[in-house]
Amino acid sequence: MIQDTVTEELLLRKPRFVLLLFLIAGIVFFILDPSQTAVGHFLAPVAGNPEESGFYGRFVTSFTLAVLFIVNLVAISLLPRFRWQVIVVWLELLLLFLAFFYSFDLSFKFIQSKIWFMVTQGIFTTLYVSAISIMIAFVIAIFGSVAKLSSNGFAFAIASFYTSFFRGLPLLMQVYLIYLGFPQLGFVIGAVPAGIIALSLCYGAYMTEIFRAGIMSIDDGQWEGSRALGFKFGLTMRKIILPQSIPLIIPPTGNQFIAMLKDSSLVSVIGVWELMFLARTLGNKTFNHLEMLITAAMLYWMMSMVLEFIQARIERKFRKVQR
Amino acid sequence: MTDKEPHSELPIISITGVSKFFGDFQALADIDLAVNIGERIVICGPSGSGKSTLIRCINRLEAHQAGTIHVNGVELHQHMKDIDKVRSEVGMVFQQFNLFPHMTILENCTAGPMWVNKVPEAQARDIAMQYLERVNIPEQADKYPTQLSGGQQQRVAIARALCMNPKVMLFDEPTSALDPEMVAEVLDTMIDLAQSGMTMICVTHEMGFAKQVADRVIFMDEGRIVESAEPTQFFENPKTDRTRKFLSQVLVH
Repeated sequence: MIQDTVTEELLLRKPRFVLLLFLIAGIVFFILDPSQTAVGHFLAPVAGNPEESGFYGRFVTSFTLAVLFIVNLVAISLLPRFRWQVIVVWLELLLLFLAFFYSFDLSFKFIQSKIWFMVTQGIFTTLYVSAISIMIAFVIAIFGSVAKLSSNGFAFAIASFYTSFFRGLPLLMQVYLIYLGFPQLGFVIGAVPAGIIALSLCYGAYMTEIFRAGIMSIDDGQWEGSRALGFKFGLTMRKIILPQSIPLIIPPTGNQFIAMLKDSSLVSVIGVWELMFLARTLGNKTFNHLEMLITAAMLYWMMSMVLEFIQARIERKFRKVQR
Repeated sequence: MTDKEPHSELPIISITGVSKFFGDFQALADIDLAVNIGERIVICGPSGSGKSTLIRCINRLEAHQAGTIHVNGVELHQHMKDIDKVRSEVGMVFQQFNLFPHMTILENCTAGPMWVNKVPEAQARDIAMQYLERVNIPEQADKYPTQLSGGQQQRVAIARALCMNPKVMLFDEPTSALDPEMVAEVLDTMIDLAQSGMTMICVTHEMGFAKQVADRVIFMDEGRIVESAEPTQFFENPKTDRTRKFLSQVLVH
């Protein structure tokens, strides 16, 4: 998207809008009643003892919160740089999040005692299961997309049946079907291979569609130019079409990888010791469920952020190559 | 045009009774055409007259539904095994250039000889540079197509086709997508090629080019060949009213 050179006046610059927002915020806070929370305790010198301040305390606390909220909004809108605004809003939201988790009264000592194991065992397993699966899915997608674009009815039928089936079933069910189904055929299959097969097949189906779209977006003239030189189909595909579609395919593939990182949590149901499995089991004995779940959630989030960063860089690089 | 080679007896391209349909629309109706070695043919006509379709049938980028097309003695049909060989002997230049944007100019030119004719890389490079010099852009060899102007790109496309050492060159409106000031450089390249004795079939609206190099000008309308004549006769004494009307429209400017 290209920004317009003329921007509308910010709503936050209009006093009537700010006043309206302030009233709404005040009412919302009043309904939620912050007088009994940490805010109420903090304002006790003004509002009185939270236990007995009643209507007055409720009014003072919600009024204070509404003022803080509006001042904060206006202050952010006054920041001169887009970048600063982004950083401040991010930090504030992050602080709110942390305060939210903090209010659960978590045992940080417990988290500290388990986090190393979660990182070495859990993150490691999650990453390698995801990485192997995305690579297999990539290969499946190349063949799948070529088959789906082929005029060979047999190839098209197999590829479309495959994508239809694996896109049409919940991934969790595929994990179960593969883990429990293969032994019925006489192959006993380990949990990790079963998980990898399920993830590869499922994501291979989605990526087949991504690759197909990437290949189809290449101008027909490239096919004709290649054909007119006497290049056969395979050569045209390998040397002319795929090299041009890969830059289009890489960004959505990165997205798929980030999605897979989180979907790999589903293989915990068959006992793969990845992050989700550890999150559910480590806290079991001592009832520290929430500690482990929140820790795992944060680890997932951090991994995704790192990958998003890497993906953005790759995307930029490919944009340059494409010229 | 004193250096014309004598035309050989066997036509390199012979088209007999060719018809083609796009759905209900008849794009080509019973076309007969024979092209001898060394002949330069210009095909003109209003848009939708089937002229591009006709030359695209010659290397089978399009399939014809009736009649026969022979290229260098090989008949083109759906189940032929060696279409790639025919295509490698027929150079094609497109309106939109169709260079490969992910490859340098040099790579665009060496790809055909190396991958199809199995020419060693060093030799392919020599061939490519030789033709890039011939179209006057050897200094652009290491650039990418999008870094070149339209006229330069089209000259690269001509060089790329020539690198395959084709027996015939097909030009499908090679100057139609160019800015006006770049038309001349491409036409000069084509005239130079024509004077070297290359067999050429050109679909173009450049009547000056037709007058200068064509042995025969073919006028098509509604999928049929309406008139086929030597340039002097074609331009000065057209036989049909349809041709006269077309010429009055294109020559007025």
